[in-house]
Amino acid sequence: MSEEREALIAAVREFADAELAPNASQWDAEKFFPIDTLRKAGSLGLGGVYVREDFGGSALTRADAVAVFEELAKGDTTVAAYISIHNMVAWMIDTFGDEGQRERWVPGLAAMTDLGSYCLTEPGAGSDAAAITTSAVRDGDDYVIDGVKQFVSGAGSSAVYVVMARTGGPGAKGISAIVVPDGTPGLSFGRNEAKMGWNAQPTRQVILEGVRVPVLNRLGAEGAGFGIALKGLNGGRLNIAACSIGGAQWALERAIQYVHERETFGAPLAENQSIVFTLADMETELQAARALLERAAIKADEGAVDVVTACAMAKRFATDAAFSVANTALQLHGGYGYLHEYGIERVVRDLRVHQILEGTNEIMRLIVGRNLVKRPE
Amino acid sequence: MKIIVLVKEVPDTYGERKLDLETGLADRAASEAVLDEISERALEVALSYADSAPDTEVVVLSMAPESAAATIRKGLAMGAASAVHVTDPALAGADLGLTARTLAAAIRRTGFDLVITGNLSTDGSGGVLPAMLAELLEVPNMTALSVVEVTADSVTGTRSADDGDMRVRAPLPAVISINEALPDARFPNFKGIMAAKKKPFETLSAADLGVDPEDVSAPASIMTAIAEKPPRSAGVKITDEGDGGTKIAEYLIENRLV
Repeated sequence: MSEEREALIAAVREFADAELAPNASQWDAEKFFPIDTLRKAGSLGLGGVYVREDFGGSALTRADAVAVFEELAKGDTTVAAYISIHNMVAWMIDTFGDEGQRERWVPGLAAMTDLGSYCLTEPGAGSDAAAITTSAVRDGDDYVIDGVKQFVSGAGSSAVYVVMARTGGPGAKGISAIVVPDGTPGLSFGRNEAKMGWNAQPTRQVILEGVRVPVLNRLGAEGAGFGIALKGLNGGRLNIAACSIGGAQWALERAIQYVHERETFGAPLAENQSIVFTLADMETELQAARALLERAAIKADEGAVDVVTACAMAKRFATDAAFSVANTALQLHGGYGYLHEYGIERVVRDLRVHQILEGTNEIMRLIVGRNLVKRPE
Repeated sequence: MKIIVLVKEVPDTYGERKLDLETGLADRAASEAVLDEISERALEVALSYADSAPDTEVVVLSMAPESAAATIRKGLAMGAASAVHVTDPALAGADLGLTARTLAAAIRRTGFDLVITGNLSTDGSGGVLPAMLAELLEVPNMTALSVVEVTADSVTGTRSADDGDMRVRAPLPAVISINEALPDARFPNFKGIMAAKKKPFETLSAADLGVDPEDVSAPASIMTAIAEKPPRSAGVKITDEGDGGTKIAEYLIENRLV
């Protein structure tokens, strides 16, 4: 690791140790969304990790970013994952917005004084994202948006919502990406969903009823929204994979400590070969996931042609491996692993959803597999 | 205004701290190396002043092995404008006298209005270096300050003693040391870390400073013996049979602990 990346990671570790880890359990129990802590994360540079510097981004590489998110997730997986989603939004506006749009929205997002939400999924359209029905109808210089977005992280707390809406015919080509600022009349939110994990961030419906925004709020060309949404998700997959590895690495380290301390049948658990083999498999799985993820992040930095499949492979493998490692860490803790106090069950609950969101792991297989069986032209 | 802050790489305060029994030097492999927390607080004093007085230049200075460069660079990431790293194999194991002579030479060479240090490092715990520097630099010295106010031509502070607080003041140039009552340092942010590699980082040897580490005309401390720290033994347990208080008092008096 370069000296510079080590310094970045050390700074993140200091932040995660001081600001996240001591609070993670309470935030989970009380379903508390730590907005003040997010502002501090913003001053560290976590609001626009790979956003350009001119409007306040940190301009790190994707390879740096995955190391950053892994370290952050050791402090609190849910908060790290939230910051990952926020970054996806900041990056989309930074990358696909024009100068006026960047100047208006990027500084606040980079500082995390403003939060961003990504609105693609709908109650009736998840994996088949091109089937969304939210419509944006042109009326003079405005769009009038109607529809419902489902499972939106940070909804109700965000300053900007990047909404994928249908501006044209059916299918992927009829979709545009439109920025809806908080407070726009007709914009409202559903209840905070009761979830298995990810309790330290709110998940709500975003309800759009006759929401009128200027056409100037559209990112990129009309009909380019689906491509923008998928490019955002592609990078999002790297970060979610990194958050998974970080959470699981933390759980593994707790398990290693526990098997030294816990005695059964007159000896520490660590002297039992079955335990040693289990730990070896956990470590191997995580290192394999990390290697696959680093490879995908480097491909993203280089703009490699196979970046989409590389990201899909890394996301699928890392989120599965990490959930399994965390679940095994819980098993190694025996009954104590099931108690809130030890924090392991929280990480297991938090990591479970990583296999579902940013494209389910089945969709990841579809991306990888479809590419394999594609007939040469 | 030019402020020089002395920074030191030390073994992690919360990790194992050991001496190498062959050389008598700190065993740097025994634990992670970190920037001494008191150095960070000293730097924070300088940086907060610089925040309010924009034409202030903050320089971090360290005499340390070559491997400490990354730790010194953390000072640049936090906001110092430049760094001076004095490193020379001949300075390994330097006693306080040689350390003070070397650092004073580096401070003179860099130029200064104010030197800020921690009151004592967490590894060496000498605590006299600030006074030695002031003597060599022929400037006023105020040590172990718990409050510091810097102005363009003076420095004022509070110095705590056993029986009260002293308000102290010195004209600049001066050397001060601060204690852990001063605020925690800021986190270095990503921008600072990325900017740090572009900031001036000067590396100097003893010869560059005209310091002769072998100079036998100057008195030097010599280590005569070194031994492993004895293993911690079990404490004394006093069972209260109605006279517990008396027994504890007797124990404390016997061991000159009161």
